Amino acid sequence: MSIAASGASEGRSMKDKTTSLTDAVAVLADGMTIGIGGWGSRRKPMALVHAILETQVRDLTVVSFGGPDVGMLCAAGKVREVVFGFVSLDSIPYDPNFTRARQDGAITVRELDEGMVVAGLRAAAQRLPFLPIRAGLGSDVLTYYPGIRTVRSPYPDENGDDGEELVAMPALNLDVAFVHLNRADAHGNACYLGPDPYFDDLFCLAARVRVVSCEQIVSTAELAAAAPPQALLLNRMMVDAVVEAPGGAGFTSCVPDYGRDEAAQRAYAEAASA
Amino acid sequence: MSDFTRAEVCAVACADLFADDGEILASPMGTMPLIGARLARLTSNPDLLISDGEAYLLAETPPIGGTAPLEGWLPYGKVFDVVAAGTRHVVMGANQIDRFGNQNISCLGPHEKPTRQMFGARGAPGNSVNHRTSYWVAKHASRVFVASVDFASGVGYDRASGAAGRFHDVHRVVTNLAVLDFDTPDHAMRIASVHPGVTVEQVQEQTGFPLVVPDDVPTTREPSDEELKLLREVLDPKDIRGKEVPA
Repeated sequence: MSIAASGASEGRSMKDKTTSLTDAVAVLADGMTIGIGGWGSRRKPMALVHAILETQVRDLTVVSFGGPDVGMLCAAGKVREVVFGFVSLDSIPYDPNFTRARQDGAITVRELDEGMVVAGLRAAAQRLPFLPIRAGLGSDVLTYYPGIRTVRSPYPDENGDDGEELVAMPALNLDVAFVHLNRADAHGNACYLGPDPYFDDLFCLAARVRVVSCEQIVSTAELAAAAPPQALLLNRMMVDAVVEAPGGAGFTSCVPDYGRDEAAQRAYAEAASA
Repeated sequence: MSDFTRAEVCAVACADLFADDGEILASPMGTMPLIGARLARLTSNPDLLISDGEAYLLAETPPIGGTAPLEGWLPYGKVFDVVAAGTRHVVMGANQIDRFGNQNISCLGPHEKPTRQMFGARGAPGNSVNHRTSYWVAKHASRVFVASVDFASGVGYDRASGAAGRFHDVHRVVTNLAVLDFDTPDHAMRIASVHPGVTVEQVQEQTGFPLVVPDDVPTTREPSDEELKLLREVLDPKDIRGKEVPA
């Protein structure tokens, strides 16, 4: 079943975009580029990641502020390339599965400055081919990204000299984005209740198909009452599918619903190191 | 107080990194820089902005592991705006650092198949070309201070040309042995001071390239009584600093 078909409007009511984890990941095909929300080991859509592990899909390109999502997908042989600024479990510095995949040469990487990842997602969100950024200049991020170009400002600087030559960060266009929020309604509006939205809105804006899992699906009225309006990070035109997945970020943190399950994370890291 | 530990000298040297920064965001990575930033706010630079390491700016200065009332909200998205605006001083760690201040936190060995994968470049490329950047190395050793880094995550002086040089400002490297800076004609790393009880020879011995050594190498300043009291009674009563730099 496709997400588009499941979201058809009926009569005069808004689309109901609720679906299951299994159906939500059925949109994936070999070779797709996916974006995964959250940051490190925080508010990662782990239920959706586990659902991806159950599929036959391969050769994914994964764009992520990486945590165990990246490690698990690498360990399961789902990944061709990781586009990343870092992969870390926060309280444990490195993800052993990602470490092994790199040291075995099992995956390729596009290593970027974190700000370049943001710029690439923002370019995709704005339907621009690139955005200029200073980050990356002088570093080996450019050395190991042969396709990347610089762009000279068409405007002279304050002294009348040629403008600066900056990195032209290409758009990171995503086929599918997966994010996990605290609350959502059936139409795709969603809010975060913790301290940081991370870049989940940008991942959705950069993607063709946008999948949101959440701790709880509530009515639109309950959603609006759950948090200040500023915390309504996603609106329904940014979302194609909504999955209720209580605990769906675990073992990563999803405050205030739950913190990181450090024991479970340690167990993951130890098993991955074995 | 005349008795102080090496860790306390390091904490004060880290605090001194921020002394002249004024009203900007301190972003200390690691325990000793964190203690240093908080000590600076309680002494030399009360205007410094400090965060809880997540999304909040703190109105007061809590002990390590403690909390404090908020004065602002600075989620990651806004941190990148601060990086681009330049009102920030980051103190990062370094798995490798070379004589021009290029820093590696990405990987060791060939990039396509590293012998050791670390964090990745993180924000180091952007930090180092946008605002003041310092480094903290808890164990000064020649495997860290290398002739040439395997991957330049943070940008050093020899790579900071053109637009990369416009706001480039690698300030100091603080280690368990010394404070190093780049105040030389070609911005090669120099011994700015050696910690009390450490010799220039010891520092050079643990460094994998020749350091610039001034005729008179000063000794890193000793903590004041006020600083020792703040470290021991307010900021770090559990002596976490002493675990990072053992006596």
